[in-house]
Amino acid sequence: MSMVTNYFKSLILAELFRGLWLTGKYFFRKKITVQYPEEKTPMSPRFRGLHALRRYPNGEERCIACKLCEAVCPALAITIDLEERDDGTRRTTRYDIDLTKCIFCGYCEESCPVDAIVETRHFEYHGEEKGDLYMTKEKLMAVGDKMEKEIAADRASDAKYR
Amino acid sequence: MIETIESALSFLPLGLVALIIIVGKILVLVLPLMGAVAYLTLAERKVIGYMQVRIGPNRVGPFGLLQPIADAVKLMFKETIFPANANKFLFISAPVLTLAPSLAAWAVVPFDDVLVISNIDATLLYILAMTSLGVYGIIIAGWASNSKYAFLGALRSAAQIVSYEIAMGFALVGVLLAASSLNLGEIVDAQRGDYGVVNWFLIPLFPLFMVYFISGVAETNRAPFDVAEGESEIVGGFHVEYSSMTFSVFFLAEYANMILIALLTSIMFLGGWLSPLNGILPASFLQGEGMLAMLLGDGIHWLLAKTSFFLFLFLWFRATFPRYRYDQIMRLGWKVFIPITIVWLLVVAACVVGKVGPWW
Repeated sequence: MSMVTNYFKSLILAELFRGLWLTGKYFFRKKITVQYPEEKTPMSPRFRGLHALRRYPNGEERCIACKLCEAVCPALAITIDLEERDDGTRRTTRYDIDLTKCIFCGYCEESCPVDAIVETRHFEYHGEEKGDLYMTKEKLMAVGDKMEKEIAADRASDAKYR
Repeated sequence: MIETIESALSFLPLGLVALIIIVGKILVLVLPLMGAVAYLTLAERKVIGYMQVRIGPNRVGPFGLLQPIADAVKLMFKETIFPANANKFLFISAPVLTLAPSLAAWAVVPFDDVLVISNIDATLLYILAMTSLGVYGIIIAGWASNSKYAFLGALRSAAQIVSYEIAMGFALVGVLLAASSLNLGEIVDAQRGDYGVVNWFLIPLFPLFMVYFISGVAETNRAPFDVAEGESEIVGGFHVEYSSMTFSVFFLAEYANMILIALLTSIMFLGGWLSPLNGILPASFLQGEGMLAMLLGDGIHWLLAKTSFFLFLFLWFRATFPRYRYDQIMRLGWKVFIPITIVWLLVVAACVVGKVGPWW
């Protein structure tokens, strides 16, 4: 008996019409698309984007060439050379991050004892030639100088959780 | 209008004038059809996007209205790649063999009492023949590609179209019985009557209407019957090896077929260009010269509106239903549709003999 009723139930296509009704309702729903270049979704202060090297307020670079970031980097994207300056401090002569290797895990930032290497919120960058995405010390310092205000504000807002 | 063109060209030999007029008629039909195909692709992306709470393409031109043109230009500038060991002649002729019948079928489709390229008597047979010919293109494409996925897609498509052809043919036999004519114009005339919508074949032939439309969806390889493409199973099926214009020609054919099926469904079951207001409004509103009478009375705009509704259904189905499993498609075609159509054919035949209702 149930076979017969099921047969006739399937003939009136009830389930199919229910499906159509659902998609029909969604047709008139408010659309949730974010029109990306004009609209942007909210971003966390912890966002891990393009790297930057920071300076102290007096203009001295923070990095002391301890090589912790180089050691912790899982993708082996960081290369550091160092020297001893005349005043006896350790500083880098070379600080390269190969962004084509980098996986943006943020370990370098976490390992840094002086908050020198950070990841900024900036992610809309590109390279037009081979090597454009190989970030040298100069490029990283330039990013840091340009975005210092935002970087500092993000670190401050996150300070109590660190 | 045709007479004025004929008289303007009277200095030319008679055969040449006829040829010019035929080519002109074909252009008048095919160019808007190609435009409709292009914008149907946009409509599809928009409708499916809206049903998935997205917006759909909206970057090229206002509301994305130039998107089909951008797509066409992109496809034209791409390279046509021939697979190694493919049969080049068959590989190129396959898309042509798919597109040609789907355009040829339009030759006999009437848009109005007079608007038809070729008003032949066996319209229905001709259309059935043409729409089934398209599957040869798909089979040849699958064979010529020298690829197992394409071959599987071709096999599936062949079996599927053969099975649904029968149900579709039987549904058409019902229409033929009801209208006692194979000519689409006369089929529409048979649905003219004092009761308007009630006179349409939709009501007496409702099961055949459902079978015809669903078989039409299956014939055109559209979701949920798109096992021949089956991008999640056989990565695109018969057109997996095609690129550039050869690829887009397959889609021109598919969308032209969709429009054809939608148009035929409205002609055969929804009274074609007959106004649904017949029998509701007094006849004085519907006849005459005024703008209002033109709008409310019979005319091509009603046919286009009905066609658009069925095209929307095509897109709605695609946004809603998951793909049928292959054996389910076969079961539906052979064990459900064919028995239903045969039973209903007997009912229709009895009704015609007994002169039931307002229809006969």
